[in-house]
Amino acid sequence: MAELETLEKDIISSIKEAADLKSLEEIRVSAVGKKGSISALMSGLGKMPPEERKSFGQAVNKVKQAVTSELESRKEELERIALNERLETEREDVTLPLRQSPNLVGRIHPISQVWEEITEIFADLGFSMAEGPHIETDENNFTKLNIPAEHPARQEHDTFYFNEKEDGSRRVLRTHTSTVQVRVMENQEPPLRIIAPGRVYRCDSDQTHTPMFHQVEGLVIDKDTHMGHLKWVLEEFCKTFFEVDDVTMRFRASHFPFTEPSAEVDVGYSKKGDEILIGGEEKWLEILGCGMVHPNVLRNVGLDPEEYQGFAFGIGIDRLAMLKYGMPDLRAFFAGDSRWLKHYGFSPLHVPTIAGGL
Amino acid sequence: MKFTLSWLKDHLETESSLDEILDKLTLIGLEVEEVVNPADELNNFVIAKIETAEKHPDADKLQVCTVNNGKETMQVVCGAPNAKAGLLGVFAPVGTYVPGIDFTLTKAKIRGVESMGMMCSESELQLSEDHEGIIELGDDAADKVGTRYVDYAGLDDPMIEIAITPNRPDCLGVRGIARDLAAAGLGTLKDENLGYTDKGEFKSPTDIKLDIEKDKSHICPAFWGRYVKDVKNVASPAWLQARLKAIGLRPINALVDITNYISYDRGRPLHVYDADKLNGAVSARLGKKGESFTALDGKTYEDLEGACLIADEKTPLGLGGIMGGEESGSELETTNVIIESAYFDPIHIAMTGRKLNLISDARYRFERGIDPQSVELGVNLATQMILDICGGTASEMVKAGTPPKPEKTLEFDLQRVTKLTGVTLSNKEVTETLKTLGFTVKGKGQTVTVTAPTWRPDIDGTADLVEEVIRIIGLDKVTPTPLPRNFGIARPVLTTSQNRVRTAKRVLASRGAVEAITWSFITESQAKLFGGGETELKLANPISSDMSDMRPSLLPGLITAAARNIARGNQDPVLMEVGQTYHSDKEDGQHMVASGIRCGTANHNGNGRHWSGNSAPVTVFEAKADAFALLAALGMEESKVQITTDAPDWYHPGRSGVIRLGPKIIIGTFGELHPETIKKLDIKAPVVGFEINLGNIPKPKKKSRTKGAMEITDLQPLTRDFAFIVDSNVTASTLIKAASGADKKLITDVNLFDLFEGASLGENKKSLAIEVTLQPKAKTLTDEEIEAVADKVIASVKKATGGEIRS
Repeated sequence: MAELETLEKDIISSIKEAADLKSLEEIRVSAVGKKGSISALMSGLGKMPPEERKSFGQAVNKVKQAVTSELESRKEELERIALNERLETEREDVTLPLRQSPNLVGRIHPISQVWEEITEIFADLGFSMAEGPHIETDENNFTKLNIPAEHPARQEHDTFYFNEKEDGSRRVLRTHTSTVQVRVMENQEPPLRIIAPGRVYRCDSDQTHTPMFHQVEGLVIDKDTHMGHLKWVLEEFCKTFFEVDDVTMRFRASHFPFTEPSAEVDVGYSKKGDEILIGGEEKWLEILGCGMVHPNVLRNVGLDPEEYQGFAFGIGIDRLAMLKYGMPDLRAFFAGDSRWLKHYGFSPLHVPTIAGGL
Repeated sequence: MKFTLSWLKDHLETESSLDEILDKLTLIGLEVEEVVNPADELNNFVIAKIETAEKHPDADKLQVCTVNNGKETMQVVCGAPNAKAGLLGVFAPVGTYVPGIDFTLTKAKIRGVESMGMMCSESELQLSEDHEGIIELGDDAADKVGTRYVDYAGLDDPMIEIAITPNRPDCLGVRGIARDLAAAGLGTLKDENLGYTDKGEFKSPTDIKLDIEKDKSHICPAFWGRYVKDVKNVASPAWLQARLKAIGLRPINALVDITNYISYDRGRPLHVYDADKLNGAVSARLGKKGESFTALDGKTYEDLEGACLIADEKTPLGLGGIMGGEESGSELETTNVIIESAYFDPIHIAMTGRKLNLISDARYRFERGIDPQSVELGVNLATQMILDICGGTASEMVKAGTPPKPEKTLEFDLQRVTKLTGVTLSNKEVTETLKTLGFTVKGKGQTVTVTAPTWRPDIDGTADLVEEVIRIIGLDKVTPTPLPRNFGIARPVLTTSQNRVRTAKRVLASRGAVEAITWSFITESQAKLFGGGETELKLANPISSDMSDMRPSLLPGLITAAARNIARGNQDPVLMEVGQTYHSDKEDGQHMVASGIRCGTANHNGNGRHWSGNSAPVTVFEAKADAFALLAALGMEESKVQITTDAPDWYHPGRSGVIRLGPKIIIGTFGELHPETIKKLDIKAPVVGFEINLGNIPKPKKKSRTKGAMEITDLQPLTRDFAFIVDSNVTASTLIKAASGADKKLITDVNLFDLFEGASLGENKKSLAIEVTLQPKAKTLTDEEIEAVADKVIASVKKATGGEIRS
C-alpha cells in the first residue's frame, strides 16, 4: 500500500511539474493510459485473492481519481497559460483611425431640408404638394395671373425668355411658382389646399439675388376662406418652422396682380453675434407675399368668384433657410462647394418630422 | 418716388411725427425705402460773419479773416476770392466733418497762420457743384449769426423715398400720398390748389391740334395748352430749387423746373415749348416711317413709325408723354411759351418706351396711368407758377380733344369686406374710408353704388374696394382664424414621385455624396456635349453666356462643380443632385433625374491613403453601385432590369452601361466619363457617374399592405460550383441569367465568384465561375436529383453562351 502512495505522490508531482500540454499528455498516457502504471495495477486485480481485491481495488481507484482530477486541473491551467501567451502576441493599436462611414460624410442641401420641413408643416394642415414645369407659357406665367401684356408689372419680373416661335408665342422660365396655381385650379375641383415648392428664375444677379432661386406657393380655394385664415396659417407656419412659441409678423398692404387684397409679410428678428433670434421688432425681414386670389384669376381658370374664394402666398425658400440657419450669402447655395455643403448641409438620417422636430 | 416732409405738409395738415408717418406709409402699401435728413450731416454748420479780412502774409491767394460765430471771434484762413469783411456766410468749426471734401477739420496752420475752422462753399456742403466761392447770405441772415445754417436754409427737411407698386400711379404725386395718409387717419388733406382759373387775356397765336386717325384717337385723346407771353425765364427761386435738389433732380431754369415740380407734386407730367422756335400749329400725330428725332437726353431715336409725336408743321418737337426735344426746349432767353398738357394711352406709351428703350419720369407716370381728368388742371397749375415766377400774360386755354372720363361704377355689397377679410366693420366705416380716398358712395343699406375717382385706374371690381378698405383700416385688424382641419389626423399627401425625390437624395447622401444644387442653365458647349443645345431650349436673354442653354443632363453641372472643388484642394469630391433636366420646351420635356459623380479615389468604402490600404481610382463599378443602390431604395428590383453597353457618347465606350426596362424604357446610364469629356470640362481627375430618370421607374401597383405569406423550410440549402469557358464578349449577366433559369424551383441564387482571363484558355476566351445555391423545399435531394440540376445548369449555360464547363 505504501508503494501505491508513493506512486500517487510521484505521478501527482510529475503532473504539477509538467511544463506543457504535450508532456502532460505523456504523463496521462503513462499513468492512466491503456498501458499506464495505474491501469496495470487495475488489470492486476484479477489475480489477487478476493479478500484483498476489494480493498486494494478501492485504493487504486482512489489514486486513479486523484490523478485524473489533477490531470484535468493541470490541463486547464496549462491551456490558460497557453491562451494568455497567444493573446499576449495578438495586440492591435485600437487608436488607429477608421475610414469615415459614408453616411457621416454625405449631406442633404439646406434647400432640400427646408423644403421637407415646409412640406411636413403644410401636410399637417392638409395641404398636398403640386408641381409644374419650369419652362412655361406666357399665358400661365402672366396672362392668366392677371398680368396683361403691356402691364408695367410684367417689366418688373426680369423674365428669362426663350426665342420667339413661328406663331409669335414665346415661352418663359417661370418667374414665380404662382404658375402652379393656374395649373391646379384648371385641373382640380375645389376645395383645394396645395403648396407648390420649386425653382423659379429671374434675370437678376447680385449679392441678394441669383438668377435661379426657390419659392413655395400656397393656395387654398373653397367658399369661405378669408384673410383671417391666411394670417393664422402663416403665423402657425412661422412658429412651427422657426420652432418658437411666438413670432412677430408685420402684414403690410401691397400689390400683386394675382391677389386682391394683397400683403407683404415681414418677420421680426434680432441678431446676437452670428445667432439669429426670431421674434421682437428690432429688425424685419420680408419673407413672403400673399393675398386673396384675384377674381380675374378665378375667372381665368373657370371658377366663379361669386362662389369661390381663397388665398395664395409665395414664400422664398432660400430666404427662410438663410433666416433659420444663418447662411449669409445666397450665391453660395448654388456653387456646389463641398466645404459649404458640409458645414450648412444636413445628415441624411436627419429627416425632419413634426413629432421628432424640424 | 421721393419727396420731403415739408412738401408732404403742403398737402397734409398733420400733427403726426415723422416716425408715425413712415410707419403708416409702409403699412398702407407705400413702402418706405429710405429716409435721409441732410440736416443730420450739417448740424455743426452755423451762420457767421467775417469781421475783418486781411491778405495772408505768405500767400497771394489766401486771406486771414476774423470770423464771428455768435459766441466768439476767431481766426480763419480763407482761399475764396469773394471773402471780404462784412460777408455773412456759413462756418464750420474745428472738429466738423465736411461732406463735400470728405474730411474732418482739425486745428491747422496754413502757411504759418493758424486757422480755427472753415468758411464753406455750397459744394463743401454738397448743396450744389458750386465751389467758385464761399456762400454769401443775404441781410436776412444778419440777426441769425450763430444759429444752424440748415434752419435758415430750410434744409432740416427729411427726404422720404417710397416704393410705388404699379397699381398706384396716383401716388407718383405728393398729393396722392397725402390723400392716403389723411384717409388712414394721419391728418386732413388740405384744399387743392387749382392754379390759374381765369379765362385768359388773349387768344393764343399758336393753335393746338390732334392729327390722329379716328380709329387710333385713343392714343392721344386730349391735348390742351396755353400760350404765355413776355415771360422772363430765370433761375428758380430757392424753395423750388431746394425741393428739386432734395429729391435728386437738377434745377435747370424756372420753366423746366416748374414742369418737373408739378410732375412730382401732382403726378401730372407737362411740357413747355419755346413758342418762338415753333413753325405753325402744334399737333399730336403718329410718327411716319423713317422719321427720327433727337430728344432732350441728346440721343437720336430712329424708326418712330407709330409712336405718338408732338410736332409743329415742320418737325417733331417731342415724343408725346415720354420726352421733349432738344430744339424746342425752354432756355433762359425764352420769352413766349406754349404749355402742353395731354393724355396718352398707357399701353401705347409702354410699347413706345420699351421699343425705344427710353426711360423717363413722364413715361413712368403715363404708362402706369395718370388721372385723365388732370389735363385742364395741368395747364392751370403751370400757368400760375409761370406767372408767379416768370411773369408774363396768359392766353385763353387752347383745347384739342376731350380728356376721357372713366366712370367706373360698382355695385358694392358691404358684406364683401367681411367675406374676404374676416373683419367685421360697420357700413359707415367702410363708406367713410372710401369717401376719404376720393370715391363717391351713393345709396344706403347693404349694397351701395361706388364710383372710383378718375385717378384710380387700378379699381376694377369689388375686391379692389375691399383692398382699399382693409389697407386703410389696417391689416392688423384681421384676426388670425384657424383653418378647419379636413381630417382629425393629417393624411399622407406626397405622391410616389415626390417621395422618390426625397428618398433618392437621402440614399445618395447616405452613400457619402454631398448634395449640390446647380444652375438649370449651362453653357452651350456643355449642353451640346451632353446631347442638348436645341434652339428651343436656348434662352433669348441669358444673364451671361455661360448660362445660355437649359441643361440636358445633371452631369456637366456636377462635374464643373467638382472641378472647382478639386481646384480648391478637395481631390476626391462626391457630389449628387436630384433635379430637372430639359429635353424640349413642352411639359413632358422636363424630366426628374437623380445623378451622382465620384472623382479621384472617392470609393464608397473610403478615399485617399489609409493605413489599412490606399484607395484605388474610382471605376465604373462605383457608379454602378450607386445607381443600383438608388434603384433598390426606390423599389426597383435588380433582376427586373437589363444592362446594355450602348451608353451615350460622353461616357467611356467600354466602361459604361445603360439600364433598361425592356427594349424601350431607359431607366438610366452609368459609367466612367469619356476622356474627351473630362478634358473638355477641364477636370483634373478620373470621374465616374450615373443618371437615373426617376420618372421612368414604373410606379408600384397598388398593393395590399399585407405582406405575402412567408415560405420557410428547415432543409439545408446546398451549393455547387461550376466554371465555364466562354468567349470574351459573353456578358456575366447572360451567363447568370441562363444558370438561374435552369431550374427556377430549386435554384435560389447564383453567385459569380471568379473571373479569369489568360493565355492558357485560348485567345478571346475567359473563365467565369459561379456558385449555384439549391434550396430543397419538401425533402432532401438525392445525388441523382442534384446531378440532374447540374446537368441542366451546364446545358442552359451552353445554350445561352456557347460556353463549355471547364475541366
